[in-house]
Amino acid sequence: MNKMKRLIIEVLALLLGIVYLLPVYIMIVNAFKDRAQMYDNVLALPDKFDFVFFKRAIEKMDYIKAFSNSLLIAVLSIGFIIILASMTAWMLVRTKHIISKIIFFTFIATMLIPFQAVMMPLMQFMGFISKNTIFQMLNTRFGLIYMYIGFGTSMAVFLFHGFIKGIPISLEEAATIDGCNKWKIFWNIIFPILKPTTVTVIILDLIWIWNDFLLPSLILSSKSLRTIPLSTFYFFGEFTIQWNMAMAGLVLTIIPVIIFYIFAQKHIIQGVTAGAVK
Amino acid sequence: MKKSKKKMWFAVFTLPTVFIFLTVVLIPFSMGIVYSFFEWDGMALHEKKFIGFSNYINMFSDERFISSIWITVKYTLIAALIINVLGLLFALLVTQKLKVRNTLRTMFFMPNLIGGLILGFIWQFIFMKVFEQIGSSTGLDNIFFNWILDEKFALFAIILVSTWQMAGYIMIIYITGIQSIPTELLEAAKVDGAGYFQRFKSIMFPLLTPAFTVSLFLSLSNSFKIYDVNLSLTGGGPYNSTEMFAMNVYNEIFSYKNFGYGQSKAVMFFFFVALITLVQVYLSKKREVEM
Repeated sequence: MNKMKRLIIEVLALLLGIVYLLPVYIMIVNAFKDRAQMYDNVLALPDKFDFVFFKRAIEKMDYIKAFSNSLLIAVLSIGFIIILASMTAWMLVRTKHIISKIIFFTFIATMLIPFQAVMMPLMQFMGFISKNTIFQMLNTRFGLIYMYIGFGTSMAVFLFHGFIKGIPISLEEAATIDGCNKWKIFWNIIFPILKPTTVTVIILDLIWIWNDFLLPSLILSSKSLRTIPLSTFYFFGEFTIQWNMAMAGLVLTIIPVIIFYIFAQKHIIQGVTAGAVK
Repeated sequence: MKKSKKKMWFAVFTLPTVFIFLTVVLIPFSMGIVYSFFEWDGMALHEKKFIGFSNYINMFSDERFISSIWITVKYTLIAALIINVLGLLFALLVTQKLKVRNTLRTMFFMPNLIGGLILGFIWQFIFMKVFEQIGSSTGLDNIFFNWILDEKFALFAIILVSTWQMAGYIMIIYITGIQSIPTELLEAAKVDGAGYFQRFKSIMFPLLTPAFTVSLFLSLSNSFKIYDVNLSLTGGGPYNSTEMFAMNVYNEIFSYKNFGYGQSKAVMFFFFVALITLVQVYLSKKREVEM
């Protein structure tokens, strides 16, 4: 009896999860259906798995290009955020000085600033830099990456700072006596210890940058530079009448996310927990 | 000699970050405050006219702006409440001794990874096609119709979608909270004959206070800043009935080209978000003293 009850609860719970993901199912099945079949029943499985809409969506969205743009921008931005933020956080923890306190406090305080509050002056200022220096910040991948680093560092410094405070200083002192300079101490001793926080930062920033729409929509105007959210946005505007193609486009955009989720599930959950609770 | 070397290392480790941070966040933020006192259409050649606090004063008679704030407040309160209730229920479910619990966690969390813009598009299809089809085939067409086109229901469409997105995220925080409760406490209560509901009410609920603080803060501040789902699901329509704070700021600046006025709204937006966050920090500090 008890065993039976258990089984029923397990099945009901699983059913709840399946219902929860129904929207994803609906999106996938309708990417395969032609118009008539869709109007017949949106919820049913498709008659046959024809990839014609996927093929067309890949072309129209310039999917391969958008995917590589997104990947390049995310990898470089996150790489720099981690290198710069971990270095800075370590120095701020280990230097007991008013200046390091001020810098740290400024990082924390500015985490309150929502992007909408700075977007217009940011565009103005970046336009000014592009005009007066050799650095082209607008409509370039470089500019976008630079801005992601700027927006991403405060959170990363905060997370690294919290972790580094718990590392005993004796390790570093021993290395100093052995004649290591700060650069070597950081990269050989400290940085490897930071791994759990590094993973947290990678996960949080990847979710953020991969899905971010507003910043790239303001910075990038060339079609060839579009990231995945951008190309989805323009694609969707064009194909709302052809729902099957629109759905195929959306499925394509979430495939990388799902693959990433399957492989990094454990880290994602831990990273989100660590990032949220701090 | 030693001191200058120390300074040199300090600079090497902090200057690059500080420089980028200054140029991307601090300088634009300060510029933004200055811009908010000017009247300007954004054209480089046109002059910026200093008008003091006029932009801020004008906001109070800007009906569309006031209504966007009310919509945002209403949305934030309802969404945060549902997100937290659902998140807690999910967390309670997946911390039971179930074989499917890890699969369930994965399922509940997944919408969060997809991103607001895409979620809005997926649900646009669901409201337009699936809801209408269910409505016409079951006769329940006063529940299942295209919410997006209805002035009253469109906001609930956004609430539904963003709840779907965020409940799994908040669940994770509650899971951490539940797991930090010592099992001996719950076991002891069970031995003493306390039922599940009683154990929840008298032991788990009070011990979950830190998780509540974090979850409430995250759901409130994230809901308040909503933009992507708003844009892709309803675009602010019908008749601006779902144009929320962030979207109103964006439209004022980039659609209507009122750079100065739009920026003063952006500064107000910052103050609202900061207020929510600081009140939250204050409350959690108070809690820490009690514990």
